[in-house]
Amino acid sequence: MTVLTVENLGVSSGDTHLVDHVSFEIGQGERVGLIGESGSGKTLTAAAVMGLLSDELTASGSVLFGNKEILGARERDLARLRGRDMAMVFQEPMTALNPTMQVGKQVAEVMLIHRTQRDRRSARAAAVELLELVRLPEPRRAAKAYPHQLSGGQRQRVMLAMALANNPSLLICDEPTTALDVTVQKQILELIVAGTRGSALLFITHDLAVVASVCDRVLVMYEGRIVEGGLVQDVFTAPRHRYTQQLLTFSELGTA
Amino acid sequence: MVTTETRRRTPTLVVGTILVVLVVLAALVSFIWTPHDALRVDASIRLMGPSGDYLLGTDKFGRDMVSQIMVGARTTLYVGIVAVGVAALIGTPLGILAGMTRWLGEFIMRVNDLVLAFPALLLAIMFGAVFGASTLTAMIAIGIATVPSFARIARSGTLQVMSTEYVLAARAAGRRGLRIAVRHVLPNISGLLIVQGSVSFAIAVLSEAALSFLGFGTRPPTPSWGRMLQESQELLAVQPRLALVPGVAIAIAVLGFNLLGDGLRDRLDPKLAGRR
Repeated sequence: MTVLTVENLGVSSGDTHLVDHVSFEIGQGERVGLIGESGSGKTLTAAAVMGLLSDELTASGSVLFGNKEILGARERDLARLRGRDMAMVFQEPMTALNPTMQVGKQVAEVMLIHRTQRDRRSARAAAVELLELVRLPEPRRAAKAYPHQLSGGQRQRVMLAMALANNPSLLICDEPTTALDVTVQKQILELIVAGTRGSALLFITHDLAVVASVCDRVLVMYEGRIVEGGLVQDVFTAPRHRYTQQLLTFSELGTA
Repeated sequence: MVTTETRRRTPTLVVGTILVVLVVLAALVSFIWTPHDALRVDASIRLMGPSGDYLLGTDKFGRDMVSQIMVGARTTLYVGIVAVGVAALIGTPLGILAGMTRWLGEFIMRVNDLVLAFPALLLAIMFGAVFGASTLTAMIAIGIATVPSFARIARSGTLQVMSTEYVLAARAAGRRGLRIAVRHVLPNISGLLIVQGSVSFAIAVLSEAALSFLGFGTRPPTPSWGRMLQESQELLAVQPRLALVPGVAIAIAVLGFNLLGDGLRDRLDPKLAGRR
């Protein structure tokens, strides 16, 4: 079953095309990597899928989530989907949490907004369980902490707990481990893989090793277009596009 | 778990707090006790210099100055609370709304500029002429005249917060307008608003004194520092003490709130927002 169908997606700012002719599908249980250099349009593609493009940008084409069209949908309908059916983890855990709110409350809020927990108390309890699920040490105490009292890795766990709170059918991760050190990276990746079993994952990164360990399929983006796509092992062993070849040459995978 | 506690006790904050506490204490104590009845007129003791019984002497009607200053502190605080309350309650939501919407926001800010063009005192005199001079009308007028500064501060803070990643993350989690405004924007701009509040408080106290001096503020016999100053006018040459006492009181209150505002600004620096 297809969870997400992106067809001929274009994002432009005025006359400049930032993303062009992007098409791909993600099926249930599939983990797809989206790689490419900075500024190649990866994050914009993700934002378009979530319906979070800023007002100055215009999108064209089609983004079907299940059978709902995302592009041009009303904000209130989108808000109903976001956080419940589709969720996102951002790159920078230091800035993606509200500094004035206890993290447990922030996790609980996601469930209260979408009424997946009846009341404040049960949402609170569910939040602690989620924090335990993402292996935050002392989840009960951590739930009462403010973001600045947690380390980067701990905050990213909180972000992940928020994203997974309502069992979304699509999880988008936008370079979730770039800002973390290597050992924490590995743990977060394991949690992401475990959390998206049975649902779909779109994983944005420019770390080829991460793609190789997490994803089934990979899409390579270059200057706003998808230049290559396929199973991870195929693309990485026999890259066709010049950019992919370069990427592999310069990464550790190419030499291995 | 790392806890970074950055507490900086600046002298401005300390001095400001002390001065403000002094004014608040004077007002609170006046409800229970004053050395003499602040309103009792006694011609036999008029214009007495400072003595053991009347620490700051008496005015031209023979009323005790200390008692009047204490009761007058109530008016001063009442004035500040009403004016800042009106300004904050109207200005903050307008500013947040202006920061979160595009065309509506532009419209709000232009109306804001319009109100800003009216001098606060003129507005208060106008209100006094239309609705009758009283402390309350004067202060509502001062409050309305202060709305634009609150709206501007709130808007600029909102714009800053709206561009942060946690608001994007909140939207990605399905939160919508009002919820973002209440749970994310308001707590994160509260520092700015508190600072603006204490500065506006000082301005309101000064305005009340000026309006009472002009006869548009507090009506007699309610003691007010501004009116004490006005009543001392004719005797300025012979009894400068009568002007000096309320003058110093006003200076202490205004200085106190200003310093408190400055100190809080250092403490609640937006860059350190969230570090409690």
